[in-house]
Amino acid sequence: MTQAQTVRQISFIQAINEALRQEMHRDPDVIVMGEDIAGGGEREDFQDAWGGPMRLTKGLVNDFGRLRVRDTPISEAGFVGAGVGAAASGLRPVVDLMYVSFYGVCADQITNNAAKMHYMFGGKVKVPLTIMTGIGAGTNSAAQHSETLYSIFTHFPGLKCVVPSNPYNAKGLMAAAIRDDDPVIVFNNRQLMGLRFEDNVPEESYTVEIGKSELKTQGEDITLLGIGYTTRVCMEAAALLEERGYSVEVLDLLSLSPMDEDAILSSVKKTRKIVIVDEDYPRCSIATDISALVAEEAFDYLDAPPKRVTPPHTQVPYSRPLEALFVPTKEKVLAAALEVLE
Amino acid sequence: MSITFGRFSNQPAEFGKFGFQKLNWHAVIIAPNLKSISAIVPALRRGVEMPYEELNKESLLWMYETMVTIRRFEEQSRREADAGKLRGMHSSIGQEAVPTGICAHLNEKDYVLGTHRSHHHCIAKGLDINEMMAELLGKSTGTGKGKGGTMHIADINKGMLGANGVVGSNIPVATGVALTAKVKGTDQVSVVFFGDGASSQGVLHESMNLAGIWKLPVIFVCENNRYAEATPFEYSVAGGSVANRADGYGIPGVTIDGQSALDVFEVSKEAVSRARMGEGPTLIEAQTYRYQGHFGADDPLGYRSKEEQEYYMSRDCILMLQKHILDGAYANETQLAAIDMKCIEAVNTATEFANNSPFPDPKELITDVYVTY
Ligand SMILES: Cc1ncc(C[n+]2csc(CCOP(=O)(O)OP(=O)(O)O)c2C)c(N)n1
Ligand SMILES: [Mg+2]
Repeated sequence: MTQAQTVRQISFIQAINEALRQEMHRDPDVIVMGEDIAGGGEREDFQDAWGGPMRLTKGLVNDFGRLRVRDTPISEAGFVGAGVGAAASGLRPVVDLMYVSFYGVCADQITNNAAKMHYMFGGKVKVPLTIMTGIGAGTNSAAQHSETLYSIFTHFPGLKCVVPSNPYNAKGLMAAAIRDDDPVIVFNNRQLMGLRFEDNVPEESYTVEIGKSELKTQGEDITLLGIGYTTRVCMEAAALLEERGYSVEVLDLLSLSPMDEDAILSSVKKTRKIVIVDEDYPRCSIATDISALVAEEAFDYLDAPPKRVTPPHTQVPYSRPLEALFVPTKEKVLAAALEVLE
Repeated sequence: MSITFGRFSNQPAEFGKFGFQKLNWHAVIIAPNLKSISAIVPALRRGVEMPYEELNKESLLWMYETMVTIRRFEEQSRREADAGKLRGMHSSIGQEAVPTGICAHLNEKDYVLGTHRSHHHCIAKGLDINEMMAELLGKSTGTGKGKGGTMHIADINKGMLGANGVVGSNIPVATGVALTAKVKGTDQVSVVFFGDGASSQGVLHESMNLAGIWKLPVIFVCENNRYAEATPFEYSVAGGSVANRADGYGIPGVTIDGQSALDVFEVSKEAVSRARMGEGPTLIEAQTYRYQGHFGADDPLGYRSKEEQEYYMSRDCILMLQKHILDGAYANETQLAAIDMKCIEAVNTATEFANNSPFPDPKELITDVYVTY
């Protein structure tokens, strides 16, 4: 893309909406289910009253009708399980699980059915289910509405997990998730939904490959690894480090399962130092996994032990000053990076 | 076992007065049909003659003051939210009569469990509004030291085991609280409030079954405010009744006019009595209405008509109780105005207290995660 071409900027929300719309046009088997994804029940005067709690599904009901865009009662075990069944029998459902903390209500369907059916049935049944769910603290919403639970799903063989960081990859990963024959969970950070992005987002449909990371900046001195929102934090910290004369490589992981191990290892073998920035809880987490990977596979290349910047092992607090201490920030990343560098 | 009754029920209710023994009691209520909303209330009235005999001046004025306190508290918390001091909150305005009529029969040893929309449950159960307002603002003097916030207000000393942000999640917890009472042989009662939307969660059914087979002293109270976010009740609840679902579990299910504090008082007296006497659970579906949007900036006119709103608001629970008090000459207008003033002042004091309180110390970030670690 040359500078002369005009850049098409859309929001994170519009990007996901566009991917859903395009996939529904492409494939009549794609349906969408969730709480208030249209809203208004079947009241004719109030079609599309909400268009999703985050407006991710706005307008879909008008374009595709209530047969394919289905508001559900508050029954996550029921409708996520129905998504598994629909996926196994010929549809490609996209199920909206409003906030990831509600996975607890439907965990059985995700981990015992969606994840395991393909294997248990000898590879003869496919479950092309997409679950999209909201993650992230920073909205004064307290412990049950602010978690960044993705690590827990990477624990389960059979589930794919992706975490977009901007509108471009949000659109492409969503399309890829829907076309994928395995169950894929797309984790969308709520903070990203309110932000403006500079990236160009093509109008035509495209996919971003699941399992691939993206190198945001190339550098020699240190690798900062971000996931979703923390990629942004890494970019901000990288700017601060560059002011101090360091050459920084920022890697946006994008896909947690499968994970782009080669990209992580080749970056760290070059820079010899890594800071992993993750908003999920620190125990048994993806950050810990990456740290182990680097320690096991690139030990001889390292100038310093891998370093993680995560929240402490605690709940997400409601009180704003405490919540601000919970999340990874550019200052914390800077401090961690300087510790590794010096 | 000697039985302690609640604030206003000094003796057990006469069982069966409202047909609790007849499982089909609720069948006389015509399931509200959206096309003729105005049919609901006459239908409710036809269903049962409420004698209101226990409602003396003291209990009426307690209910009035409690409901006005809730209304004034909610008006103020909305102002605090609008000023950006909390991100938003689920207002209980319009629904004051439900927890008030029920909590009138509870004492501090009884338990109440709530939902994301629970300020009214907390106030009716006697929580300190200073601490509640401080919690809303995330202050260290709040009920949960600012850690839980508007969706997680609790005060174990007052028998409020918490509001809960996960829809339906508290229903089995309340069932377990009733199990404690049963195992320990106390006469405590556990009341769980949940929404019409929450009635679609599987745990309601599992809990009603558990409570049914074990005859637990739990009261399942569905506040049917007609909406779950932007989803109307008639879309999401197959069969058109929550109360009906009790039938399958062999427990009484009743539909009541949740705008009438008097009806709530009378019916819940019998439910609480049943629970205390070891007769087992009851499911109450209280028909009510959420006046404001679901949360924060939600505009309810996106999914319901002005006309409908006006209809429901014309049956305001506070105004209805006020009329009953005035008609029966339990108090005059000046006395009721003085109660309102008292409530406004209490809320002002709470607001000042909350605003002047400090935020939690940074080290609170990692405390209270475990008892020991
Ligand atoms: C398990 C779960 N699913 C979804 C939500 C999001 N949510 C919060 S409140 C709400 C609607 C609840 O409706 P209802 O039970 O009728 O209670 P009301 O808001 O009317 O008081 C929803 C869907 C949630 N908090 N928990
Ligand atoms: Mg409701």
